[in-house]
Amino acid sequence: MNLTLKVWRQPNGNTKGTFVTYPAPGISPDMSFLEMLDVVNEGLVKKGEDPIHFDHDCREGICGMCSLHINGRPHGPKQAITTCQLHMRSFHDGETIVIEPWRASAFPVIKDLAVDRSAFDRIQHAGGFVSVNTGGVPDANAIAIPKPVADEAFNSATCIGCGACVAACKNASAMLFVSAKVSQLALLPQGQPERYQRAQAMVNQMDTEGFGSCTNTGACEAECPKEIKITNIARMNRDYFTANFFKDEA
Amino acid sequence: MKLDAKIPEGPLAEKWSKHKFNLKLVNPANKRKYTVIVVGTGLAGSSAAASLAELGYNVKAFCYQDSPRRAHSIAAQGGINAAKNYRNDGDSVERLFYDTIKGGDYRSREGNVYRLAEVSVNIIDQCVAQGVPFAREYGGLLDNRSFGGAQVSRTFYARGQTGQQLLLGAYSALNRQIHEGKVEMFSRHEMLDVVTVDGKAQGIIARNLVTGEIETHAAHAVLLCTGGYGNVYYLSTNAMGCNVTAAWRAHKRGAFFSNPCFTQIHPTCIPVSGDHQSKLTLMSESLRNDGRVWVPKTKELAAQIRDGKIKATDLKEDERDYFLERKYPSFGNLVPRDVASRNAKEMVDEGKGVGTSGVAVYLDFADAISRLGEDAVRAKYGNLFDMYYQITDENPYKQPMRIYPAVHYTMGGLWVDYNLQTTVPGLYALGEANFSDHGANRLGASALMQGLADGYFVIPYTLGDYLATIGPKAIDIKHPAFTETKKAVEERLQKLLSLKGNKTVDEYHRELGKIMWEYCGMSRSEEGLKKAKKLIQDLKSDFWKNAIVLGSNEEFNMSLEKAGRVADFIELGELMIDDALDRNESCGGHFRVESQTEEGEALRDDEKFAYVAAWQYTGENKPEALHKEDLKFENVKLSQRSYK
Repeated sequence: MNLTLKVWRQPNGNTKGTFVTYPAPGISPDMSFLEMLDVVNEGLVKKGEDPIHFDHDCREGICGMCSLHINGRPHGPKQAITTCQLHMRSFHDGETIVIEPWRASAFPVIKDLAVDRSAFDRIQHAGGFVSVNTGGVPDANAIAIPKPVADEAFNSATCIGCGACVAACKNASAMLFVSAKVSQLALLPQGQPERYQRAQAMVNQMDTEGFGSCTNTGACEAECPKEIKITNIARMNRDYFTANFFKDEA
Repeated sequence: MKLDAKIPEGPLAEKWSKHKFNLKLVNPANKRKYTVIVVGTGLAGSSAAASLAELGYNVKAFCYQDSPRRAHSIAAQGGINAAKNYRNDGDSVERLFYDTIKGGDYRSREGNVYRLAEVSVNIIDQCVAQGVPFAREYGGLLDNRSFGGAQVSRTFYARGQTGQQLLLGAYSALNRQIHEGKVEMFSRHEMLDVVTVDGKAQGIIARNLVTGEIETHAAHAVLLCTGGYGNVYYLSTNAMGCNVTAAWRAHKRGAFFSNPCFTQIHPTCIPVSGDHQSKLTLMSESLRNDGRVWVPKTKELAAQIRDGKIKATDLKEDERDYFLERKYPSFGNLVPRDVASRNAKEMVDEGKGVGTSGVAVYLDFADAISRLGEDAVRAKYGNLFDMYYQITDENPYKQPMRIYPAVHYTMGGLWVDYNLQTTVPGLYALGEANFSDHGANRLGASALMQGLADGYFVIPYTLGDYLATIGPKAIDIKHPAFTETKKAVEERLQKLLSLKGNKTVDEYHRELGKIMWEYCGMSRSEEGLKKAKKLIQDLKSDFWKNAIVLGSNEEFNMSLEKAGRVADFIELGELMIDDALDRNESCGGHFRVESQTEEGEALRDDEKFAYVAAWQYTGENKPEALHKEDLKFENVKLSQRSYK
């Protein structure tokens, strides 16, 4: 396949970026999208040009490090996969592919296609945990959890923290990401003691970081590579309101 | 130097509890006077950092990724072993100990392995308390499945994403301590050297990967939780960024490197599809619970499949060879990884391989689907099947998967004693970065167990003993050792940046990988290894002349990061060859063609090789010195492994 790439290049956070066009000839349909970029980069290096910087690590769709807005969609045209699992057979010969970083003021560009997602970590610091120390916990089977509840908690827990939900949202809202963790722990008995204060603390941190508000367009759910459900947001809102209006009961 | 593993005296089952009692304690008011550096935030690093901070120590944690949650433990699929015996099927700490020692082909320490089995039960309790959503049964209690090398069901799992869920649990514990101000987190940082003062580790030099700043950090102890070195083969199931640099730098500062040739080639990975391939993807061992491994019975049938004249599903039962079930009737498809891998290679070498390349065997779920139904199979393995479909464009519900072995895990690593301390006082190695528990072959679902055992339940005890001994006096970051080490790091970076040759770093990495896979992969011979040593030495000198490294230090520079890592991999590769040459026996994942039984199985030589090889760095381009720690077996009887 012969392709044309229009790639966002930006040397660092303090310099303005621009699109640069690169030819990508001789691409195999069996390559992953990132392997295609590897090939282009190797060509650039040979010519003494700075390679296109992008975040990536496991290349198995689980670490959440890869990002990329491809032809206007986070993680590209296919449902329920990350960019590293996208293969070139999803494109056609002669196509022009536009590649941008995540666009959100809470995710500033570091270089080219790599952005700073440390805001996500700080939201987790605020309350994404159960306060138990190592040791001194009950036997694992002392806590029985109905299978449907455990399965639902698991579904929420599969969030990989990639930020596609923010990139997809016209408001750059992080509600889907935050609600996934809030839900996982709200569903489980282990999460009950801190349930409401957790929702409150994480939402407050999210606001501090400058993410936008949710207006229920559902773009986050549609683009989430792990198919995290928007119902998580409803669950988080419920806990957040309980925390704010019924402090004594929460 | 005499290696002292510091295994406590006394009966096996009492060693760890006695040892814990004998270890010195640091009083709670003094703990806050100590700083501990943790490098790497996978299962071992995150759990260690969180647990030490909970005790009251100040922790500085480092990772090269943009968030600690992305460490490669996250990609572990199948599960985590624990001797809970929830199934009432005869499991016990003794049995997990025995299975692990036997699975490791009697090349690990009894004391360490017993402790691992002992604390395995606490890990599951800890993870559940954190809210890790393990798979459950309808009664609400935890589910288990079977894994290779065991005849009991002791593997706890969270669909095919166990590593992810365990890591996010440890990450949440770490986050709580960051929130409390007890852990300071440094993401997008790479450790480039250890600082030693009077022979003790007292800090590290790290590069901020975004700004290029070379930072100096002082601490009373340094914990390396930096994972394995499988990427020395270029293609492996490791993440792209996984590297040996931290461990290798520590090695050059005096930490011995043990059993580097013990690498695990995992039998069930998606086969290579072309030269562009950047990494390989594992299909969890748990699939061998329900999948049956086979090849066409004859070379002729295999050739027809390769040419696309017939499909796998066209072959009748009697035209298929379920070679693992045939050769190993008692373990069948659940033989340990090294055995399964070698047999797959044997089939391919005989010309019975499938797929267009001919370098693959089948893993077939047709029986499981007709027995359990497609929905039940989807519930168990859905995400793995989806991943397979995504990568290969083939539907594994309708046709068998194609699989082939790939480099997955490294049993070798920095030598540590029972306290997880390396040969450099104050420098510790945890998880895959150390060598200690898996011998010559790791059993499935035991990597997660070891990473968390080291981090949650071993280091919080053993580190205290060292810290109590050295006392809480502040570390002097103005000591010349810090400036000297920093200078050495900067000089090396400048040397790399001065390389303006004509070959990309990736080209060198691929070449190194080819040499390692060819001569130090699934089978190794004296002749091949000697050849490989020469090839690697040539590659090294060529690298330092003709590599291309672009840009400057003071920026986000992928080119520079990669060059430093590959330069270290080349040096490690040579040591792996030396180690493989020295060990003229077959054991576990290390198969020397000179040492096999009449049936072609690995033949150990306990007389000559029942030792841990520990290599000492002696200087640039000088041969490393080999030290041997003899392995004593007082509780298990050494026997040739048999899974028949």
